[in-house]
Amino acid sequence: MTQLALVIDLNVCVGCHACVTSCKEWNTSGWAGPMSDFHPYDADPTGTFFNRVQTYEVGEFPNTETVHFPKSCLHCEEPPCVPVCPTGASYKREDNGVVLVDYDKCIGCKYCSWACPYGMRELDEKQKVMKKCTLCIDRITDQSLPETERKPACVLACPTSARLFGDVHDPDSEVSVAIREQGGYQLMPEWGTAPANHYLPRRKTRIRIHEDELVRADNPLDKEAIELPDEQGETLDDVAW
Amino acid sequence: MQDPATLSDRDIGRTEVKNTTCYMCACRCGIRVTLRDGEVRHIEGNPEHPHNQGVICAKGASGIMKQYSPARLTRPLLRKPDAERGEARFEEISWDRAFQIMEERLSHLRKTDPKRFALFTGRDQMQALTGMFAKQFGTPNYAAHGGFCSVNMAAGLIYTIGGSFWEFGGPDLDRSKLFVMFGTAEDHDSNPLKIHISKFKRNGGKFISVNPVRTGYSAIADEWVPIKPGTDGALLLAIIREIIELGLYDRDFLVQYSNSAELVIDDPEREDHGMFKRVEMHYEEGCFDPENKLWWDRGLDIAMGTHTPGCDPYLLGEFTLDDGTPVKPAFQLLKDRVEEYTAEWAENITGVPADTIRRLAHEMGVTARDHKIELPIQWTDCWGNEHNSVTGNPVSFHAMRGLAAHSNGFQAIRALGILMTLLGTIDRPGGFRHKAPFPRPIPPCPKPPNSADAVQPDSVLDGMPLGWPSAPEHLFVDDDGEALRIDKAFSWEYPLSVHGLMHNAITNAWRGDPYRIDTLLLFMANMAWNSSMNTERVRGMLADKDEDGEYKIPFLIVCDAFQSETTAFADLVLPDTTYLERHDALSMLDRPISQYTGPMDSVRIPVVEPKGECKPFQEVLVELGTRLKLPAFVKEDGSRKYRDYPDFIVNHETSPGSGIGFLAGWRGKGGEKFLKGEPNPRQWEMYAQNNCLYHYELPRSYQYMRNWNKGYLQWARAHGMTRYAEPITLHLYSEVLQKFRLAARGKRPGRQPPERLRERVATHFDPLPFYSDTLMNKLIDTHEYPLNALTQRPMAMYHSWDSQNAWLRQIHTHNYLMVNPKTGAANGFDDSDWIWVESPTGKVRCMCRFTEAVEPGTVWTWNAIGKAAGFWGLSPKANEANKGFLLNHVIPEELPPCEAGEHISNSDPVTGQAAWFDQRVKVYKAGAEEEKATWPRFKVVKRYPGQEPKRGRWLSYFAGRFGKKAG
Repeated sequence: MTQLALVIDLNVCVGCHACVTSCKEWNTSGWAGPMSDFHPYDADPTGTFFNRVQTYEVGEFPNTETVHFPKSCLHCEEPPCVPVCPTGASYKREDNGVVLVDYDKCIGCKYCSWACPYGMRELDEKQKVMKKCTLCIDRITDQSLPETERKPACVLACPTSARLFGDVHDPDSEVSVAIREQGGYQLMPEWGTAPANHYLPRRKTRIRIHEDELVRADNPLDKEAIELPDEQGETLDDVAW
Repeated sequence: MQDPATLSDRDIGRTEVKNTTCYMCACRCGIRVTLRDGEVRHIEGNPEHPHNQGVICAKGASGIMKQYSPARLTRPLLRKPDAERGEARFEEISWDRAFQIMEERLSHLRKTDPKRFALFTGRDQMQALTGMFAKQFGTPNYAAHGGFCSVNMAAGLIYTIGGSFWEFGGPDLDRSKLFVMFGTAEDHDSNPLKIHISKFKRNGGKFISVNPVRTGYSAIADEWVPIKPGTDGALLLAIIREIIELGLYDRDFLVQYSNSAELVIDDPEREDHGMFKRVEMHYEEGCFDPENKLWWDRGLDIAMGTHTPGCDPYLLGEFTLDDGTPVKPAFQLLKDRVEEYTAEWAENITGVPADTIRRLAHEMGVTARDHKIELPIQWTDCWGNEHNSVTGNPVSFHAMRGLAAHSNGFQAIRALGILMTLLGTIDRPGGFRHKAPFPRPIPPCPKPPNSADAVQPDSVLDGMPLGWPSAPEHLFVDDDGEALRIDKAFSWEYPLSVHGLMHNAITNAWRGDPYRIDTLLLFMANMAWNSSMNTERVRGMLADKDEDGEYKIPFLIVCDAFQSETTAFADLVLPDTTYLERHDALSMLDRPISQYTGPMDSVRIPVVEPKGECKPFQEVLVELGTRLKLPAFVKEDGSRKYRDYPDFIVNHETSPGSGIGFLAGWRGKGGEKFLKGEPNPRQWEMYAQNNCLYHYELPRSYQYMRNWNKGYLQWARAHGMTRYAEPITLHLYSEVLQKFRLAARGKRPGRQPPERLRERVATHFDPLPFYSDTLMNKLIDTHEYPLNALTQRPMAMYHSWDSQNAWLRQIHTHNYLMVNPKTGAANGFDDSDWIWVESPTGKVRCMCRFTEAVEPGTVWTWNAIGKAAGFWGLSPKANEANKGFLLNHVIPEELPPCEAGEHISNSDPVTGQAAWFDQRVKVYKAGAEEEKATWPRFKVVKRYPGQEPKRGRWLSYFAGRFGKKAG
């Protein structure tokens, strides 16, 4: 079975929020929209987003790491949000593993958001239905789009290409290779949810310089005139026999 | 719900797709805009655009919310007769009336004293047009925002290597192995930089970020080097010293391509001390940098003309010429200069451990030396030597305002340019690469006017409003050596202020120093808020009156698309369009989006109709120029020459028959020429058919070593990109600066600075980079104000034009002062407390947030998130106006009185770059009884006529239905 998912490379994510607003832009006017905003021009604006970037600091100065962490529905293989739904609104697609909500069936009871250990579901306070990342289901299944564009909006937008998209069940897919070779990991696997989305960890590049690399055989300084003392005075050559 | 797999988004409503160029910041990515029933459905990166290759950023993807923002202005507005400036009480007027008012006023000024009209613009990307308008009008009082943005970065590098970062050039990250970034959180080459940093990291390169704060790009740096603000020059000089000491420099590169081996007269008694020794030699008349200088040959131990075949010069030593002149190679002078700049010395200043400084130098030097790139590309240098390959040293750099926005920034950036030169990385693979039209001569050819005579009634300005002085003769000063521009640019106070000093224009005009002006036209510059230093006082100046009741700046015109704080002070408000509603030319004459591979310019083409009566500012200038009968806008009989701006773009030539216009692509009658050629009536169409851009990819042999690449330089001259095809030698030693220094020391005939400025010019116009503490630190009590205060720009609001944007403001709704917990504890407050930030000139109340990602001597905040209540289409209760704050209130635009004068700009003494980041403050907890809101606060204003009525509590944007619902 196909399981579509995102693999997010924290090694190159600069926290620019391109994924956040390109998601909102695509989806508010799409199948899963609108994505309402409350108090859009007033105090404490708050709206529906399917994808948010959180920023964490790790360590104490000067050993501080700043980590940007994009979060959206992980499209679990064992999604706890689905069985708790009393109306069958929450469902996992059989053809591609994407977890979706049918707004026509949703009664806004929030059971699913309590069940989700990742906090990835957001109730649209205007429509009173639960909304979440659809992996841009209306893009990725739209056969009228060129194949290169049948990808979630966040993936197409991401300036650092930190977001990979594909079938994690296909061992040869870009995402599976990345997970396998670059230490891809799931969030809180101990919950048994088997999240389909994975993250790639930070990796550090260091430069190692050996002492002898600083002593040049072809040191350009050797080309310069070596200044000798004007008066050498007595030398061994004058006094030894 | 319908199964999403069975529908196509394009079947909902009537779908149209149009290409144009983004303008959510200055990056200028290609975008593809999808419309549904005439409303913007989707803005995505254009995958066929070389600049952004299909990606888009947070701002670009939020363009919809800019287009439909309730902050939009839609009608020309005139201040009501009984309203005071700042009250923002306006009446709607017609465009005809607006033009009448401007025509009447400006034609009088042009006939009498054109300099009483001043035009200053923000980050507008249309300086080719605005600068030309000013010149045609005859006023020297024109500049864009560069003086308060990053002119040090432009000038520091262009005066050293003939190019700079951003639009001018950048790091070749595709081939680099070590990348060092100074003082950059986000940049205006944002998407290309992100694309390439990501590739660079994935290719296994090491990324080092030098920055007091770890945000933005620094987050993914392999190594973060926290540094004290304003001390980067010290770090760079110590690295230079270590590299010279160990011989880690690229000797061959220095000899051949820089002035390192050229002999400098070394006799402090002589008038020409510090100048290159020049000899009688034939050179082309009018060439910009004659090669009549000398090297000292190692083999024969005699002086020879530079680049004499077979000559292998010394870089170090001291010599005596046959005529008895004592000389030293420039490199020796550099070595002497950095002798005192040890790593231990720099540790004390920068806070970076000496071992780290030495290691950084070693990593740079060894990577450059041992990881050479060799590309099988044949090329010929300017001296006729043929090369079978292009080689490169894969160490690259990028820097931004962290280096630039200091009063010692020019020299720090000179040091960076010299470090890049020592490592042999200029226009070579893996290092720094130019973007056309750069490299340009050092300095480039255009010069500002140089005497009061340049400004005459009813005449075009004699000279360019902005230019590149290379000697005191090019300064724009009167017989007493005092300033002739309202911002005092190109005066002895800031001789190389190549982008002007917009940040002092209002203060000077208010004070009448050097003179009073009549009309100030501001375009897209929020000078009553985040674009001014000392904001509260500047607001006062805009509204201040004489004894006779007239405003000290008598007439203020503001053109903006949005209800900015500055519009409230306008006598006349002109509603601009958004970027989706207009034509634009991102011109080779301004800042094009050229690639390393060759020149590239681009256009905007409207995708939606203008809202209300919005009119693009370009149309305003073309119309005004025509009405005022400025020569470039009318035929010989005085009649209208251009129908509108698109017509102007097609048909205007820089001079009759020059073949150079605003757009470089598809010139010639049928579009068969580029860069130079007759106007092509179908030029816009051809741009539209080609993703709104024109890219000329240079032959590979012209893509590198362009400062000295004979083929490239001849090509560039033949196509009108540069006046000269001479080699552009890197200025490790700056004779240009020495000329100003000699004048200041009274050793040079001709112009000399006023007495009060002699010492200042002599000190800062040092031909070699040096480190000095910032001007501010020398004039205030740094014990009383122990902390450095900075701003950074968040990626989602870079350029900060979008607090009115419903989506982006949810990402940054208000700002905090970011403080290291140790600093907070030492000052008696806790995370999230309300605190005061106080400088010698002002104070602001704000909330603090603790962060471990800042060095403890620095506090910082996101720039321009705080807004004045009631502006930008926001409710007065919006967080931006209550919890958000503006740091500018504590940053003075002038230094405390000092030897150089009573009213010296808080800027770099060489370039006039606003020294935003020199700011010192103290912080302390706000009283428990105090209001939990920011301070200072300003009177709330009402919505303007023509602005949308208040929007509802909910926004549910769905393209195709939004307007219907709202309407």
